[in-house]
Amino acid sequence: MTLLIGALTMGLILSLLALGVFISFRVFDFPDITADGSITFGAAVAAILIVKGTNPALATMAGFVAGFLAGMVTGLLHTKFKINKLLSGILVMIALYSVNLHVMGKSNVPLLSETTLATYGGDAATAILGGITSVNMLGWDVYVRDASTLISAFITIGLVGGILYLFFRTNLGTAMRATGDNPQMIRALGVNVDVMIILGLALSNGLIGLSGALLAQYQGFADVQMGIGMIVLGLASVIIGETLVGSGHLGLTIVGVAMGSVLFRLLVAIALLWGLNPNDLKLITAAFVFVALILPNLLGKLKRRRSSVRRHLGTDFMTLRHKGTKI
Amino acid sequence: MLIRRFLNRGMLAIHNISKVFNPDTPDEVRALEGIDLTLDEGSWVVVIGTNGSGKSTLLNAVAGTFPVDSGEIYLDNHDVTHWPEHRRARLIGRVFQNPFSGTAPNMFIAENFALAARRGLTRGLGWALRRDLMNELRERIGQMNLGLENRLDNAIGSLSGGERQALTLLMATWLRPRLLLLDEHTAALDPKNADLVIRLTKEIISAEKLTTLMVTHSMHQAANLGDRLIMMHRGRMIADFSDMEKRRLRVNDLLAYFEDVRRREQLDPTAAEMLRRTFV
Repeated sequence: MTLLIGALTMGLILSLLALGVFISFRVFDFPDITADGSITFGAAVAAILIVKGTNPALATMAGFVAGFLAGMVTGLLHTKFKINKLLSGILVMIALYSVNLHVMGKSNVPLLSETTLATYGGDAATAILGGITSVNMLGWDVYVRDASTLISAFITIGLVGGILYLFFRTNLGTAMRATGDNPQMIRALGVNVDVMIILGLALSNGLIGLSGALLAQYQGFADVQMGIGMIVLGLASVIIGETLVGSGHLGLTIVGVAMGSVLFRLLVAIALLWGLNPNDLKLITAAFVFVALILPNLLGKLKRRRSSVRRHLGTDFMTLRHKGTKI
Repeated sequence: MLIRRFLNRGMLAIHNISKVFNPDTPDEVRALEGIDLTLDEGSWVVVIGTNGSGKSTLLNAVAGTFPVDSGEIYLDNHDVTHWPEHRRARLIGRVFQNPFSGTAPNMFIAENFALAARRGLTRGLGWALRRDLMNELRERIGQMNLGLENRLDNAIGSLSGGERQALTLLMATWLRPRLLLLDEHTAALDPKNADLVIRLTKEIISAEKLTTLMVTHSMHQAANLGDRLIMMHRGRMIADFSDMEKRRLRVNDLLAYFEDVRRREQLDPTAAEMLRRTFV
C-alpha cells in the first residue's frame, strides 16, 4: 500500500513535468529538451532556499521561476539567434548542469531534516485527526503522513491544471495555441510569434521547475543527476494521456496527461515489484516511447493492407459472379 | 520625407520598391524592379500577371513577409517600410491563396474568430470566447448562409476549403482593416466555391468600403472585379487601366495583351541571335 501511495504521489508530482512537456511538444511543436536541466534547476533552487530557512511555499515558487527563466533562455536562443530548436534546448540543458552545481554548492542537497511542504501537509493532517499516525483506508493501514502528502499533491496538481486550462482559454493563451497550430495565420493577425514561443517555453519549463521543486521535497533531496531522461519520461506520460482521452478537447487532454503520468508511475512500480532491474528503467522507457511513436503509423499501414486485400478478393468474386460461375 | 508624407494622400503608397531573392547566386530572381503604386482610399485594385511576374511578391512586400531591398511603403500615412509583419497586421487584413493558411485547423471556429477579433490589439488575460463576441459571431456568420453558425465549437479544420476561405475572409475584415490584401484567394477552390467566395468578397468590400489590393490568376475576375487593373510582368508594371478603361476591357482583350507581351519577349532572343550572326 505504501508503494502504491508512493507511486501515485510521484505520478502526480511528475504530471507537472508531463504538462510542461505537453506545452512544448504538443502545443508549440517544439521538441524542447531543456526539461532535463530545468527540473533539476527547480529542485536545486527550492532545496537550497529551504536549507537556508526560506518558507517552503516560497521556495517552491522560486523553483517555478527558475524553470521559467531557463525556458526563456531556450526561447531566446531559438528565436533571436536562429539556433535550431533541439540544439537550443541542448545548450541550455548542458549549461544548467554547471549552474545547478553552483546553486547547490555540491552534487546533492539532503532535505530530510528540513521543514518542507511535505512536512506541512503531514503536520496539518495529524493535527486534524488528533495525533493518529495511521488510518485504515479500504482495509489497509496507511500512514497519515503518506496519505496527506498524496492529497496535497492531488490538490496542488488540480489547481495548477485548472489554472493552465483557464489560461489557455484567455486571449493570450488562445494566441499561444494558435502559434503552434498555424504561425503564418497568427502573424497575419498581429501576433509576435517570437514572443509567444519565448513565453510558451518559459511557461513549459516553469511547470517543469515546479515539478522539480516538489519532487525534491517529496523524495527528501535534490541531486544534480536527477534530471537525466526526464524529457522521455514526460513524453511517455503525454503519449499515454493522449491514448487515454484523445487530443480533441483541451481540458480533457490536460486531465489525460496528468492521468498518463500517474499511470506510467504505477506501471513502473508494478514492473519493479515484479523484479525489473532498476538499471533497465530508462532503457525500457525509451523503448516504450519508441513503440508508442511508431505504432500509429504501423497500425495505419496494416489497416490499408488489409482493406486492399479485401478489395482484391471482392473484385475476384464480382468477376466470377459476373461470368455466371457458381461460387 | 515629411513633404512626401503630405503628398501621398493615398491609403497605400509604394515608392520605387525592389526585391532580389538569392542575390549573387545562380538562383538569383529579380522579383520586383522599381514598383510605384498608389491606392486611393476605398479603391479596389486588381493585379494580374504571368507566372513569376512578381504579383504575389508585391502583395507580400506590402504585408511585410520580407524586407524590401530599396524603396518605401506608406500605409495610412505611416512609413511601414521597416515595420515587422505582425506590426503591419494592425492595418492589414489578409486572405491567402491556400485555404489552410488563414486559419488554425485544430482550434474551434469561434476561437479562430476570437483571435481575429483582436488583430493588432494587445492580448491579455481576458476570456477569449466572451458572450458578446459569441452572439456577434452567430449573427454575422449566420448572414453568410453557410449553416456554420451552429457549429462554432467545431474545429475549423473539419470544414471544406471553400468554407474555410469564406471564414478567413470574414476574419480578415472582422476589425475593419485599412487595407485588405487578397492573394489569389480563389485559386485553390472549385468553381462553385470560388463563386461563393467572390460573392462574399464583393459584399464585404462594398459594405465596408475597403481599400483592396487583390492578386488574381483569373482573367475573368480581372476583367469583372475592382475599379483599377494592373498588369505585371517580370517584376515590373507593364499596364495600368483606370476604371473607365477597365470597363471596356473584356477577357479576350486581356488575353491578347498578354499574348502580345509574350511575342515581344520571344522576339528579343531571336533578334539578338540574328544580330550576333550578322555581326560576329
